[in-house]
Amino acid sequence: MIKKMIEKVEVGEAFFFLVVMVYVILGIFDFVLLTEVLYVLIRLIVRIAPILLIVFVVMFLTNLFFENKSLSRFLGKGSGFRGWVIAIAGGIASSGPIYMWYPLLSDLKEKGMKDSLIATFLYNRAVKIPLLPMMVHYFGWGFTLALSIYMILFSVVNGVVVQRLARRGPQG
Amino acid sequence: MGKKSNGNAPKQAFFNTTRAFKKSLPILIGVLMLLALADALIPKQAYRLIFSGNWFFDPLKGAVLGSISGGNPLTSYVIGGELRQEGVSMLAITAFIVSWVTVGIIQLPAEGLMLGKRFAIVRNAVSFCTSIVIAIVIVLTIGIK
Repeated sequence: MIKKMIEKVEVGEAFFFLVVMVYVILGIFDFVLLTEVLYVLIRLIVRIAPILLIVFVVMFLTNLFFENKSLSRFLGKGSGFRGWVIAIAGGIASSGPIYMWYPLLSDLKEKGMKDSLIATFLYNRAVKIPLLPMMVHYFGWGFTLALSIYMILFSVVNGVVVQRLARRGPQG
Repeated sequence: MGKKSNGNAPKQAFFNTTRAFKKSLPILIGVLMLLALADALIPKQAYRLIFSGNWFFDPLKGAVLGSISGGNPLTSYVIGGELRQEGVSMLAITAFIVSWVTVGIIQLPAEGLMLGKRFAIVRNAVSFCTSIVIAIVIVLTIGIK
């Protein structure tokens, strides 16, 4: 039964329980310090809660208007300039953990998708529109805008360099 | 790009969003709990000792930290934001945020298996280097160190 329970626990939950255990141990040895830590924690949660709500709404809208499967149609071989644009837009629009996209990209690679476009797609996953309110909250509009623009520009540089170094030639 | 025409789409989108959110919530709360713990236990001067404001070593340290970490980018913003409040340079924080998503040491074996070993190593190495370059270029652009 314990084995089944352990199998059901995900990495995120295991991490959370581990941190809770640290708090329990801290409480046993120094309750005053624990109260201090909990006060800091509440302050942190209160500060980011409204932003999380905005993130949820934008994530919902992204899920409502974009589909994973439709992105794959435009990333095939010979996609040219459109391929770059779609790789960038697809990377930005894609959501979920990175490993979720490996099977799709692997499939597209077998169908002739260039390494440069795969690298560009993966790089642009760093530009997350639903998460921008959080970035603005912490670092301001100037930083958020500059980082987003540079990330998009460098994603193309990244794609070209990866293509060259992976020794498959500029055409892939 | 693939607008959903199904009448059940809003319900499905809400379900997917809730599921994605629920999955990342334990990690996010766990990180916040660790940050609160670090805030109370680690003296403020410690961050300034690790990140000294050096134009090369600060982004390098930030990039190393971001590469070995991973997960939702949201978590990297929260950590980066808190580090900023501790006085850590934007050089280190930018490299940390960029490498958090673009470099994945933990996912490297999976990426190698699915997309090719050479591709995975080259892509991660190039992404690591560009995270440092982006950090320097951003700080030069917006003028805050």
